[in-house]
Amino acid sequence: MEKRQLTYAQAINEALDLCMKKDPSVFIIGEGVPDPKGIFWTTKGLKEKYGPERVLDSPLSENAITGVCIGAALTKMRPIMTHQRVDFSLLAFDQIINNAAKWHYMFGGQSNVPLVIRMMIGKGWGQGAQHSQSLQAIFAHIPGLKVVMPSTPYDAKGLLISSIEDNNPVIFIEHRWLHNIYGEVPNGIYRVPIGEPKIVKDGNDLTIVSSSYMTIETLRAVEILGKLGINAEVIDMRTLKPLNDNLIVKSVEKTGRLLAADLGWGSVGFASEIISRVAEKAFHSLKQSPQKITLPDYPTPTTQGLTKYYYPRYVDIARKAVRMLGKDEKKLEDLLVAEKEDAPLDVPDKSFTGPF
Amino acid sequence: MENKTSLSLLHKILLIRRAEEKIVELYPEQEIRCPTHLSIGQEAVAAGVCEALRKDDIIFSNHRSHGHYIAKGGNLKAMFAEFYGKATGCSKGRGGSMHLIDLSVNFLGSTPLVGGTIPIAVGAALSTHMRKEDNIVVIFIGDAAVEEGVFHESVNFSALKKLPVLFVCENNFYSVYTPLSERQPGNRKIYELAKGHGIESYQADGNDAIKVYEITKKAVDKIRSGKGPVFLEFLTYRWREHCGPNYDNDLGYRSVEELEKWKRKDPLESLKNKLLKSKTILQAEFEKIENEVRSKVEAAVKFAKESPFPKKEELEKYVYSV
Repeated sequence: MEKRQLTYAQAINEALDLCMKKDPSVFIIGEGVPDPKGIFWTTKGLKEKYGPERVLDSPLSENAITGVCIGAALTKMRPIMTHQRVDFSLLAFDQIINNAAKWHYMFGGQSNVPLVIRMMIGKGWGQGAQHSQSLQAIFAHIPGLKVVMPSTPYDAKGLLISSIEDNNPVIFIEHRWLHNIYGEVPNGIYRVPIGEPKIVKDGNDLTIVSSSYMTIETLRAVEILGKLGINAEVIDMRTLKPLNDNLIVKSVEKTGRLLAADLGWGSVGFASEIISRVAEKAFHSLKQSPQKITLPDYPTPTTQGLTKYYYPRYVDIARKAVRMLGKDEKKLEDLLVAEKEDAPLDVPDKSFTGPF
Repeated sequence: MENKTSLSLLHKILLIRRAEEKIVELYPEQEIRCPTHLSIGQEAVAAGVCEALRKDDIIFSNHRSHGHYIAKGGNLKAMFAEFYGKATGCSKGRGGSMHLIDLSVNFLGSTPLVGGTIPIAVGAALSTHMRKEDNIVVIFIGDAAVEEGVFHESVNFSALKKLPVLFVCENNFYSVYTPLSERQPGNRKIYELAKGHGIESYQADGNDAIKVYEITKKAVDKIRSGKGPVFLEFLTYRWREHCGPNYDNDLGYRSVEELEKWKRKDPLESLKNKLLKSKTILQAEFEKIENEVRSKVEAAVKFAKESPFPKKEELEKYVYSV
């Protein structure tokens, strides 16, 4: 029997639907949640099914609505808050960091905040400095928060269900360019545990650690590297906090090389944390210094004239890996020429015609 | 008003006053090692509001929350133990004076970031509203909290959804050392802000516990009947410094005359005298209550001092809930 294929957005929608059906304490709130496009189709149809009492639109009050969700969570509800851009959540940092993350600890474990905050990150189409940041490292810095960043429709559904059932505040980060990708998604409720990275490709020459959309870029790079005889191992983090580094350490003990790829900025970022963990725990296995692929340390420009140099892509991962392994760079460039781009670099694929 | 109610008000005010005076006495020992905001002079608001509530009504509060905690029936021993950072404290030593909680009386938490608990209270009201329960939520704020954006966001949302929440603003005219006149326009009253958001709003004397109770009772009945949120502004005055046990009139930001004026409106003395005069209570009965309150406070302090600190292994507990 052919396995069922869904888009990442459909997988999210199905997870929300199943959790709302199963547990009447689950509700969704956020700017535009019940609107005609349903948050990139991820909340489509839910208001019709569960009513406006459980699928709530929201005033433009990010901080208060986050607090409202915390208050609801403290009193036996399971809210899911949605930000169409991660950037909007910056208006709610007081509630997220001072209250949601700390409530359980600062009151001695007596109450807890089962809250999911969905946040979209992304790139392209001139979204610019305030509509396309990748702020996962900031959230992962804060004790008490959990941060997940699935890269496949299967993980998106399984991790969202785990997040909704979790008794803690979970930052659930979705990359806009993942919403339309297809993948196998089983029917019904299943869970992908929070805190478990996954080896998505075995290899012996090099360990590449990535998450979310960066895993898509990495897998594309790894395919090309294979043609050059480089057999890379790829670990998709899936959860950034709490950070489980066991798989990474074990992998580096085998390969001796680490390349950490992250969607965020380089300084004090998630890739730096991965390198730091390996330096602490597997230093003597390293054959050379670990490397990272990140955004350069400046804000995002809007023009495609500049963004094509700003975002690291599979070509950058492949080039870095070839250099680390001392392989023939000329051969790689020949292969890259053969892999000609079939879409402009500011859209996920040709079907995407804007505006977001 | 029933005698039972006025006696309960007196008891609440007296317990808050004696508990906080005990902090004043003990603070110099340097064993209460956390920022501590006293509400001496403001007790009538806590007592009057909480007297109008049911046990299943929920409260959230702010940095100056001892009075609210005590008036709601919070455990006194656990509160003092928390001041002392002990494992038996109401937050197991992770909160101090600024993070009180007693779930058994639905005091769901106080935090010191001004305005921070306002939306949380509104969220708890959304919960009870969604489940069609009839308990209500009270959020205690000060005069400066209305300067925070989150106040307006929260009141707007509560009005929009007609949520069962009572906003209680204790206007004591100062934010630390900064007077109201430096922070808000003089031609606009605080309670008018809430009115602007479309909710019922009133201003009243915050040093008269009976008046506080009566106006709160009306508001609570209205909210419980499903008519949406109400905002109450009570005018009152903190006698001591913003944070700590001392008087601070020597600093010059407010005058001794101003303090003396408010001391003549002492919520404890005025209620006590009223009840003695009306023979609701006899002097001997008052003294009996006074003795009970004092020994309750002594017992709480003893419990706190004798309790152990949390153990080292406790440090990493409660980061995540399982």
